[in-house]
Amino acid sequence: MSLVNFTAREITCKIVYYGPGRSGKTTNLQYIYGRVPESRRGRMVSLATQTDRTLFFDFLPLELGSISGFSTRFQLYTVPGQSYYNATRKLVLQGADGVVFVADSQARRFDDNLESLQNLQDNLLAQGVDVRQLPAVFQYNKQDLPSDLILTQSEMDDALNFRSVQSFEADALHGHGVFETLRGLSELVLKRLAAGTAVA
Amino acid sequence: MTVTLNPLYRFETFVVGSANRLAVTAAKAVAESPGTVYNPLFIYARPGLGKTHLLMGIGHAARAINPGLAVEYLTLDEFVEAFHAAIAAGHGEAYRKRFLDVDLLLVDDVQFLTHRREMQAELLRLTDALQTTNRQIVLTSDRPPAEIEALDERLIRRFAGGLIIDVSAPDYETRVAILRRKAEERRASFAGGVLEAVATLGIDNVRELLGALNRLIAFQAVSEAPLGPEQARRLIGGEQSASSPPAPRDEFSEFLSEVTATVAQQVDAWRTQVSAAILRWEGEGFRIGRLERLLEQEMVADPERELRAFQADVERLQAMQAEAAELAPDLAGSAGFRDPGDLAVAEALLARAREGAHPPPAPSPLWRLEDLLEVPDTRMALEAARVVAEEPGVRYNPLVIVGPSGVGKTHLLHAIGNRLAAGASGPVACLSAPELTGELIEAIDRDAVGAWRARYRRASALLLDDVHLIADKDRTQDELFVLFNLLFESGRQMIFTSSLPLAELVGVEVRLRTRLEGGLVIELPPLEREVRERVAARELDTRFGNADAELAAYIASRPADSARAVQLLVQRVMEAAELAEGPPSARLAQEVLDPAPAPPTPNGEPAPRSSGVVAPSTGGARSREKMVWEWPGIGDRVLEEWR
Repeated sequence: MSLVNFTAREITCKIVYYGPGRSGKTTNLQYIYGRVPESRRGRMVSLATQTDRTLFFDFLPLELGSISGFSTRFQLYTVPGQSYYNATRKLVLQGADGVVFVADSQARRFDDNLESLQNLQDNLLAQGVDVRQLPAVFQYNKQDLPSDLILTQSEMDDALNFRSVQSFEADALHGHGVFETLRGLSELVLKRLAAGTAVA
Repeated sequence: MTVTLNPLYRFETFVVGSANRLAVTAAKAVAESPGTVYNPLFIYARPGLGKTHLLMGIGHAARAINPGLAVEYLTLDEFVEAFHAAIAAGHGEAYRKRFLDVDLLLVDDVQFLTHRREMQAELLRLTDALQTTNRQIVLTSDRPPAEIEALDERLIRRFAGGLIIDVSAPDYETRVAILRRKAEERRASFAGGVLEAVATLGIDNVRELLGALNRLIAFQAVSEAPLGPEQARRLIGGEQSASSPPAPRDEFSEFLSEVTATVAQQVDAWRTQVSAAILRWEGEGFRIGRLERLLEQEMVADPERELRAFQADVERLQAMQAEAAELAPDLAGSAGFRDPGDLAVAEALLARAREGAHPPPAPSPLWRLEDLLEVPDTRMALEAARVVAEEPGVRYNPLVIVGPSGVGKTHLLHAIGNRLAAGASGPVACLSAPELTGELIEAIDRDAVGAWRARYRRASALLLDDVHLIADKDRTQDELFVLFNLLFESGRQMIFTSSLPLAELVGVEVRLRTRLEGGLVIELPPLEREVRERVAARELDTRFGNADAELAAYIASRPADSARAVQLLVQRVMEAAELAEGPPSARLAQEVLDPAPAPPTPNGEPAPRSSGVVAPSTGGARSREKMVWEWPGIGDRVLEEWR
């Protein structure tokens, strides 16, 4: 997938929200959806089960308009978290320009986070993507829960963030940290423009 | 470098107010007649007040008035970096000279001269040189010269000798004018009073003012309703009224404005990249017109690819230059290898060098030293040949072999050549004088004499057959003379053969003849009967597998002054034997070679006749057969018979 198309003067960023089931990926997208002026957002596509779990994926296109002469578009995706949907996750991950790993801060979800992170790395490797090169940030969601139930940001960093990328505390339900996360990742992704690593 | 001037930074786009009017007037005066008023012109101002804009404006205006003017803009950092690069690449002088050829030099940010004594000295020298030749220099800084820490007193005096002028912060009216003009340029329109409201906020740095405008534009782009003055003041002034909670869309617009800033920064980064590449390659002595043309464009589809392509072309040029220099050292510094915008010139140069790189003609492998008969007459020549083959260029240089046609000079020459080639590091050139002349004529015709010379100058040895045939060939003699000296001085072996004794060489320059005489001159005399008999016996043995001694003796008794003539006699006898379907014998030979004693012609002079298989006596490696135009007179024949 090309990040910048100089001929068509387009910038397209595909951002994937990854993480274990019920960590709050779809909630992130829904919050963003609610804050974007109607003229700027496409229809949010959400294929969910009856119990509101993501079955296939969520897709939220954002039109940011013309920036420096480039028609700029962000496409936000989530993957289904449940381990048995790996084929779908692989599909959604294809051509991603950046990944937000949404981890569940609850201590009891510790193993699920690790398993999902391992799964992300496996899937990227299978697609020949250098994990170290792909822009990525962590979001430690549900930080609003009682502190005896959750791990702090530094504990989460110790557990998951081996490469010391940027990480954000979040309460996606109320929007805390949602845009901060998106901004953090967007900057990383866009900075690759200059590096020319994803130039068409 | 002139095109690194930002096309947007012109006087026309510079908003003039009371704070900068003087500076603009001075700048325009300098642009109109560079080198005559205010030289040097020194403009200082706090960051963000338009120093760079003014500086580039001078460049644009001066070029508009006089397109032929050499204008150079660079920041002090670039000046320093490029200078270091040039010094590292060994082009220091060329770099200095480049600036001395500039009519209008624009140097930005000279405050960074602080504590750089070397660069201060360089700039002082440059300023003096430019002033002396009435060329203009304009400098900008964020502070007056006297406040630049550790700045050479002499530089301060030079600057004071021109005009030092400052640009102060824009007043309210100027700020409104700037906002209006920039909004217009961005094709953004705002409700009445919005820009004025922002202007009242007291942002006196133009760059920050433009940042505020960007923010207004981004905000308005995502707003449902037009922005009002109060809202604008709040947005820019950061005074969020407590009564209105953050609008839900704020988060998105903040996100948007951040993305906008990042994209703008990244997208325009290509200009920085290209400018850096220009400095680098120019510093290394390459022509950078192709990159300069990139900067003239508003947008380049894929600057990375352009830079990679440029670099690839530079590398190709370097490779071609290296190869060409190897083949023809005089091409080493050729300017033809310095323009990545025109590889054709370099390719043509290389092609020419390659053409010259064909190895010169080599000795024929058929001729071997072992095949030469060693008899008292040839012993000295063979001994000399062995010495030369063992120690080329040391003892007998040149070796000159003199003797009549057919005595084996060419054979000996090629035989030594093969020995030399076996142990030589470079090619052994072995050819005849007429071939040398022919090649030279062809090279002159193709305008490739340089390559032709290079070809022979690389040879580890030069073996020239029939050197007497260069008589009256003046150009060949000139070339041979130079080549001789070159090879001689570098201790490379030369061997010449001549059918005429050197003293009898007519039409050969004395300087060349004396050089030939300065080596070892040995003679190969006409073949003795004994030698003829051995040649005949060997020839018979080779062709028939059986050397009939009587037949060999008979053939040797026939008049023949060369081995070739003996071979010819053997051939005639063999042909006759084939016709008679019998073995060759002395009797048959007598029938064939001496059918009946022919009465001598009345005047005693034999008619000119050829020896049979004939060719002009060029002695060339390819045509080894020679025309014998004159048979010996009858007296000689009798004598020959008797011998």
